[in-house]
Amino acid sequence: MTITKRLSHEYLRKGWMQVALGIILLLPFAIGLSLLYKAWPLLAPSGLIDVLLGSEWSPMQGKFGLWPFISSSIIVSLMGLLFMVPVCLSAAIFITQFAPAWLARSLRSVIDILAGIPSVIFGLWGVMTIVPIVGDLATSYGAGNATGYSILAAGIVVSFSVMPFILNMLIELFESVSIELKESALSLGASYWQVIKDVIVRKLKPGIIASFTLGVSKAFGETIAVLMVVGNVVQVPKGLFSAGYPLPALLANNYGEMMTIPMYDAALMLSALILLIIVIFFNYIAHKVIRYYHARI
Amino acid sequence: MRNTYIQEKVAKVILAIFTLLIVLVLFSILGGIFIKGLPALNWEILTQVPKGGYYFGKEGGILNAIIGSVYLAIGASLIAVVISVPTALFIHTYLFSFPNWQKRIRLCLDVLWGVPPIVYGAFGFNLMLFMGWPTSLLAAIITVAFLISPVMIRAMDESLQQVSHGLFESAVSLGFYKGEIGYKFLLRQTLPGVATAFLLALGKGIGDTASVLFTAGYTDYIPESLTEPAATLPLAVFFQLSSPIPEVKARAYAAAVVLTIIILTISISSRFISKKLSKNKIA
Repeated sequence: MTITKRLSHEYLRKGWMQVALGIILLLPFAIGLSLLYKAWPLLAPSGLIDVLLGSEWSPMQGKFGLWPFISSSIIVSLMGLLFMVPVCLSAAIFITQFAPAWLARSLRSVIDILAGIPSVIFGLWGVMTIVPIVGDLATSYGAGNATGYSILAAGIVVSFSVMPFILNMLIELFESVSIELKESALSLGASYWQVIKDVIVRKLKPGIIASFTLGVSKAFGETIAVLMVVGNVVQVPKGLFSAGYPLPALLANNYGEMMTIPMYDAALMLSALILLIIVIFFNYIAHKVIRYYHARI
Repeated sequence: MRNTYIQEKVAKVILAIFTLLIVLVLFSILGGIFIKGLPALNWEILTQVPKGGYYFGKEGGILNAIIGSVYLAIGASLIAVVISVPTALFIHTYLFSFPNWQKRIRLCLDVLWGVPPIVYGAFGFNLMLFMGWPTSLLAAIITVAFLISPVMIRAMDESLQQVSHGLFESAVSLGFYKGEIGYKFLLRQTLPGVATAFLLALGKGIGDTASVLFTAGYTDYIPESLTEPAATLPLAVFFQLSSPIPEVKARAYAAAVVLTIIILTISISSRFISKKLSKNKIA
């Protein structure tokens, strides 16, 4: 091949590489701007605060208060966090510190398989397994909503659907601790468990917090699995067993009507924009922390 | 002294119980889906399209969703490969001596990975309106391609990071162009990683519901061109599950089983590939 031919091929390759990279780097801005553009008609006249904190939702009258949805989203993801912290931390510690090699290997396969399961399957599992259990609980506590379709069920389902993702990060984090650190703590007379809780976990604390931050932001955006079990009633949730209506569910349930009612599409696109901004914010911070960590160890 | 010993034993048991919980959940998911879905699964359901409306029609099967998912997966992963491979290679060839830019791009990709599928769905819908497309297979393919590209690039990037810097440096010193090094050496060196990245993204693309909710448009028919609406397996589960008619509900369970089997096959074959293909690798 002549040098000119090689060079022209190289320019083609380089050109396409740059275009592809450009597409990816522009993607977040394209998403953000397109959502902002669509949401603007609602934002401009009424102001951000009124829309975010207003709790009256009646699209036919042009009232778009997003607070019931935002509060449901916050409560569901915090509840998910509550369930995932003990399970993820224990599993990550067990797999990296206690389990024999063969067991650790098979447990990691379990996590990998779980990570591949689509959220609609998690939702289906929630409807079949979790909702009846929560329903029984609600009946025995005499709660107003005894169907089981509640923020508690949503919290449980979302915590398990996010778990594999966090576990993979936690396992990587725990594996990054140097052997010398463990050995020197053990040689000072600490028991193995003391080394784990007082040395390793303490050292990894910011990384662990960052991993769970990512988990919460993932739970915040989880759509289908939550939508299928949360009940979808427009209200600020009042208890564990009351139904909720998170932001992603609002989007997914109403895309059909959004072109027919004025301003409805602006409200839905605003909720997508809120999701985007919150998720990007949390992700940015968490990844910065995790990076800092990997650089230091 | 005795106290710390007991403490350690107790802690170990508690950790093991929580770990067991995850295993139990996996089995409860798979068991539940297969127990409900396998009885519903038969030759008719796999080879027929629904008849008489997807919500009320009792006859027919889920062939429309199976074919739709296959088309969507092929289209989206092809586009994603065309975007992802050059981007991942660019990070490791032309940006080889710009670690700060590498870091920035990685951060951007990680953030994109975290963006919820439903937001991609809303963006895809806006893009669709902007371009004047109808709800169609094409719009769904583009949306899913955007959704899975960051995953694919980031996974390829992880395996490219394992390649020693010496390979790149010696190839440069032999007079190869950077792009040539990317496609001829780096790509070949990381073939197992690239294949796993592809399968990871493929699985994510096939299984995702929220991103195609707005753009695919649900239909009972098999799409014959890119501009026709399409059904996918996750959408078939989602829409038919809420039907009051048992026959339609059974189709949702059948779709869930087919989807689960596809996902399991992908995840098992990706492990197999990463083992097989790593034979001819320079350490």
